[in-house]
Amino acid sequence: MQTTNKNKRLLWWSIPVIALLGITLYGCPSQQNLAGSSDAARKVYVAPGEHDEFYGLFSGGYSGQLTVYGIPSGRHLYTVPVFSQAPVNGYGYSEETKPMLQTTHGFVPWDDAHHPEISQTNGVPDGRWVFINGNNTPRIARIDLSNFQTAEIIEIPNSAGNHASSFVTVNTDYVSAATRFSIPMDQENLENQDVAISSYAENFKGTLSFVKVGDEGQMSVDFQILVPGYNYDLSHAGKGPSEDWAFYTTYNTEEANTLLEVNASRNDKDFIAAVNWKKAAELAANGEGRVVPGEHYRNYMDHNEQRAKSELIETVRVLDPTEYPGIIYYLPTPKSPHGVDVDPTGRYIVGGGKLSSVLPVHSFEKMIQAIENEDFEGEVEGIPVLNYDSVIQAEVENAGIGTLHTEFDGNGFAYTTAFISSEIVKWSLETFEVVDRIDTYYSPGHLMIPGGDSRQPWGQYLVALNKITKDRYLPTGPELFHSAQLIDISGEKMELLLDFPTDGEPHYAQAIPADIVKENQVRFYPLEDNNHPDAVKSEADTRIVREGDEVHVYMTTIRSHFSPDNIEGIQVGDKVYFHVTNLEQDWDVPHGFAMLGAQNAELLIMPGETRTLTWEPQKAGVFPFYCTDFCSALHQEMQGYVRVSQSGSDVPISYGTGD
Amino acid sequence: MKKTEKYIMALAALLLGFVFITPIWTIDMEAPQYPEGIGLEISIDKIEGQSKQDLQNINGLNHYIGMKPITPESIPELKVMPWIFGFLIVSGLGVAIWGNRTALLIWIILFILLAIAGLVDFYLWGYDYGHNLNPDAAIKIPGMTYQPPVIGTKQLLNIKATSLPSTGFYISLLSMALASFVFWKSKPEQE
Repeated sequence: MQTTNKNKRLLWWSIPVIALLGITLYGCPSQQNLAGSSDAARKVYVAPGEHDEFYGLFSGGYSGQLTVYGIPSGRHLYTVPVFSQAPVNGYGYSEETKPMLQTTHGFVPWDDAHHPEISQTNGVPDGRWVFINGNNTPRIARIDLSNFQTAEIIEIPNSAGNHASSFVTVNTDYVSAATRFSIPMDQENLENQDVAISSYAENFKGTLSFVKVGDEGQMSVDFQILVPGYNYDLSHAGKGPSEDWAFYTTYNTEEANTLLEVNASRNDKDFIAAVNWKKAAELAANGEGRVVPGEHYRNYMDHNEQRAKSELIETVRVLDPTEYPGIIYYLPTPKSPHGVDVDPTGRYIVGGGKLSSVLPVHSFEKMIQAIENEDFEGEVEGIPVLNYDSVIQAEVENAGIGTLHTEFDGNGFAYTTAFISSEIVKWSLETFEVVDRIDTYYSPGHLMIPGGDSRQPWGQYLVALNKITKDRYLPTGPELFHSAQLIDISGEKMELLLDFPTDGEPHYAQAIPADIVKENQVRFYPLEDNNHPDAVKSEADTRIVREGDEVHVYMTTIRSHFSPDNIEGIQVGDKVYFHVTNLEQDWDVPHGFAMLGAQNAELLIMPGETRTLTWEPQKAGVFPFYCTDFCSALHQEMQGYVRVSQSGSDVPISYGTGD
Repeated sequence: MKKTEKYIMALAALLLGFVFITPIWTIDMEAPQYPEGIGLEISIDKIEGQSKQDLQNINGLNHYIGMKPITPESIPELKVMPWIFGFLIVSGLGVAIWGNRTALLIWIILFILLAIAGLVDFYLWGYDYGHNLNPDAAIKIPGMTYQPPVIGTKQLLNIKATSLPSTGFYISLLSMALASFVFWKSKPEQE
């Protein structure tokens, strides 16, 4: 008690000092804030029943999902299950969605989702799909924006830590992948090796992967480029004059394998790798390079059967740049650069000079000239290193500390996040000088402007994606949601409009005008198009089939009953498959299915869809199942019973509803 | 009848062909859960949802109050009405060719009687659906019936049902007006 009182007294003493400081330093800040915030409230207010201007697609980071927010309101609209199981609807638990998470390491029900990128046509986001990378077990997912469901996941072979991904070329011909963590690779077939970690410099290699995207979105690993064993961090394809090229940042050109925070921060400059993907793709198309074993899974939603399927692809094509000069060059870039961002004109390549005091901007034109003049300052494992002074356009001074990522407003300005100084810095693409800066709360990683990495940004809003939240919201114990700030960039000065918490750990996000996506939304799945082999299209066809210890229940749901809802003849030791078809054909009438004791999750079945839950009853007795989604006024009546008898019992299979 | 009048009469008869392709009546329903609306379109030979799935969904909702499902296949009127309109077209054309004013009058009267019969039938049909409810219905409100109005708006629990004539009806009305016009116009020549 004594101490508290003392502290209190101390606190009281300090108040005049703080007040005095406040007045001297800031004049009368409270009034300004009030005026600003009421204006800001008007700008982010989306009236009840009205829609936001933009769909914001935020990576969930370690949630493994993609979260959808309305911009400018910051309202959380939906979470798309991608790399992680989602008990909320049974994704990754139902038999139809489990194959989506298949990898050569087996069933991997989690990943770290970093960079969503909307498909593009002519360098402009077109709203067909959004791609997102799984960083941990290298994968790329494609999400269909007509139903906001994961349509495909492809595994990336010969890679570890798929971070520099999933960025698209201007017409979505390719989506990028690269290995953040280099790994020991066998010279001949790139196989991971059982070698000493300390043999890094000798044995470790990296790959840059080019995943081809077909007309219907189907993905295939077209080719990989074998590169020195650095950490490949981020990427972006060029556009306009640079559209045949893709750029990758590197760090750890020191090739350290331990205590990287020190050992990978020694070099003053690392590299941006410039890859002529068009040339490499032509080589690959002509059968150049070599095809090596490289097992990887491609999992895709079969739209006809409405269930995911997995296929194992056994090989991959590899191009060795020492054999094909001209497909890759290194641009020296200070220092451990993180982001690599190409301006809307495609002329400038901005490196996020993470540990640098300046923000380096390379010129694509100068790069091409340097390549033509063979203006090289050296070579690394057959890859020419261009002369820094010949390719650099400008070094932006005073761009903050710990610069990471840059996006563009399409009006001649670039916006860069500075992690350490916790701010966003606006600078001119003409003068390369900083013109404005605004604090963020706290420590932004990526930032996002709708279309801000494309040829045509919608440069009205900017979202800062912050890594540290601390005191911004009501605290929720030690673990906090991340924090985003919405900033108005339509004027000369940036203006903070809104703070909103974001689920998981959003890294990058993208946004697209709502109208492009809204009109294409699927409201339900027509039953007549449901060709799931276990679908039942009418209550008359519901049935139960026993095959040894496996029991298949072909069940339907419609407001407000299951058919059948009384099931007998199940035995302990059986594996029961509930194949549930939702017969509804109306918007927003999913039914849920939950079975007491099921060791997985519920099913949430969309109208016209069939989903399968497995249940292995452990005890004899009668167990209820019920609808989890409040579907109708008689939702509480939507239930049923399963009678489970001891193994070997003579209770026959029987079932019915309303008898 | 003059030549022009015969043409107009022929047109009146042929206009009735439109009822084979456009509905004669619509029932729009508004409910809090259906911000986008839901409804039925009644043609001479079929009853359809305004959107593809509306009929199924209306039947789904109606089962809670014990209303019979609307199954167009089992409604005899939908089989008879095309023949009635076919007869009106053929006989109307006959009247136009013949040019007989008395025949025209008979045609008009018949048309009007059939139209009245149709409306009465529609009322009775609605009465049957709205009153003959399944005693096992989940939702039973004493004294409440669910007959939709023939014309106009009525609140039926959470659903505001608005029943109005549609294009086919108005075209029939136009046909009737044209025929009456010919009858009135041709008067002096009938001496």
